[in-house]
Order: sequence, then C-alpha cells, then structure tokens
Amino acid sequence: MSQLSGYLLLSAFLFSIGLAGALTRRNAILVLIGIELMLNAANLNFIAFWRYGPHPEALTGVMFAIFSISVAAAEAAVGLSIILAVYRHSRTTDLDKLNSMKG
Amino acid sequence: MTISFLLLAAITIIGTAAAMTLKNLVHCVLALSLGLVGLAALYMQLGAQFVGFTQILVYVGAVAILAAFAIMMTRSADPAVSHVVSSFRASGALIAILVFAVLAWATISGTSAQPILTAAPESSVGQVGAALMHRFVLPLEVIGLLLTAALIGAGILAMDEHRGNQNRGTR
Repeated sequence: MSQLSGYLLLSAFLFSIGLAGALTRRNAILVLIGIELMLNAANLNFIAFWRYGPHPEALTGVMFAIFSISVAAAEAAVGLSIILAVYRHSRTTDLDKLNSMKG
Repeated sequence: MTISFLLLAAITIIGTAAAMTLKNLVHCVLALSLGLVGLAALYMQLGAQFVGFTQILVYVGAVAILAAFAIMMTRSADPAVSHVVSSFRASGALIAILVFAVLAWATISGTSAQPILTAAPESSVGQVGAALMHRFVLPLEVIGLLLTAALIGAGILAMDEHRGNQNRGTR
C-alpha cells in the first residue's frame, strides 16, 4: 500500500465519522461539527493529491485547501449563528424536538 | 507508511471519533481540537506548512472556540439528556459504515501499487503568498468578499431582535 493510499484511507475514515455524527447526533452544534469534519476530509485529500501528484510546483492543491478552509470558516460562523437564533426562538438545540416549521 | 504518519493518524482518528461519540458536549469540542491539531500536523508532514498553520489558526483557534461558546450559550436548563443520539441511530451508523466501505474499496483497488516517486515539493510561505498575489488574486478577492458578508450576516443573525429594537427605540 502506497503512502497516498494511507492518506486516502484516513480521509475516508474522517468523512465517514463526520457523516455518522451528522446523521446520528441530536445536538445541532455537533451536526455542524460533523459537517466540518467532512470538509476537513476533503482538505486532506487535496493536500495528499498535491503532494503525490504529478505537478506539485503549481501549488494548486494548497490553494484549493486554503480557499476551502476559508469557506468552511464562513459556513461555521453562519451556521452557529443560525443555531443561536433557533435556540433563542425555541429554547432548544435538540433536532428531534425541532420538528415544526410553524412560527 | 512511516511511523510519524501512523502516530498522527492515530491522534486524528481518536480525536475525531471521540468528538462524535462522547456525551458531554464540551468534551466533544476538546476532542475535536485534538483531532484538528493532528490533522494540521499531517498537513505539515505532507509539506504544506502554510495550510497546517492556517488549519490551527482557523479551526482550533476560531471554529472550535466558537462551537464551545455556542454550546455554553445554548445549554438548556433541563439536564435530562437521556440519550444523546437521534432516534435513527442504527440507520445513520449503517449509512456511514457503507460509505466508508465504498471509499476504502475504491482507494485500495484504484490506486496504483507502485509509489509515485516525486521529491517533496517546495511550498514556502513566500511561494504561497506570491501565488496568491499573482495567479490566484481574483479568488482571493472573492473569498475576502465572502468572509465579509459572512461576518456581517452572522452578526445580524445572532443579534437579539428584541434588544436591537429596544436600542433603536431609545436612540
């Protein structure tokens, strides 16, 4: 098994654990953290393919990872503030209890 | 498959798995920080120092702390948290295991057996900065605009509406 396969397997594990957390946890904040873990798995793939790819001098993978981290940071800020707004409205972040779209 | 990769991968796996399985939410965020630090060390081991430091600054320094603050602000009054996982726990775990199986099968069967022998690429901070200022200057500006919009939008969303109306009324 090559070096690249190890990184890809680790990335697949990160994605799966993030998916499992996003699907099974009840707290909305932990669902958001699971989505962040899935984005991090994609970043690890970018860096691993940049390192073991044919043209690493172009820095494309590094740039992609940096922009992806920036977008993930914006997504986390907006998502957490949406969770705060929902909590202020309904006094809970339990996703099983947030089952109403009524005002 | 060096020993440093195995060590850092173990730290990352333990941290992220604990972040998704622990009961106490603050412990979850602390475990998440551990996993993200391990991931940043993996980036540095791969030769992307700038991405590793960015990862520590953005994720450990900002996102994890923001999540910790959000958990403290939304801690509900009733501590009766009987079960932390959702009602369809089994199906969610099954879906995740299936996704991992498919990804691992594709990785193991798809990549070539012989390693690609390339020297460790150079990605000093100076080179990254030059690339950001020359080739990637338009995406950099767009991401700056996006971050500004996200900052303003997050502030407006998290602002208490009633208190905002009161302030507007007194002015």
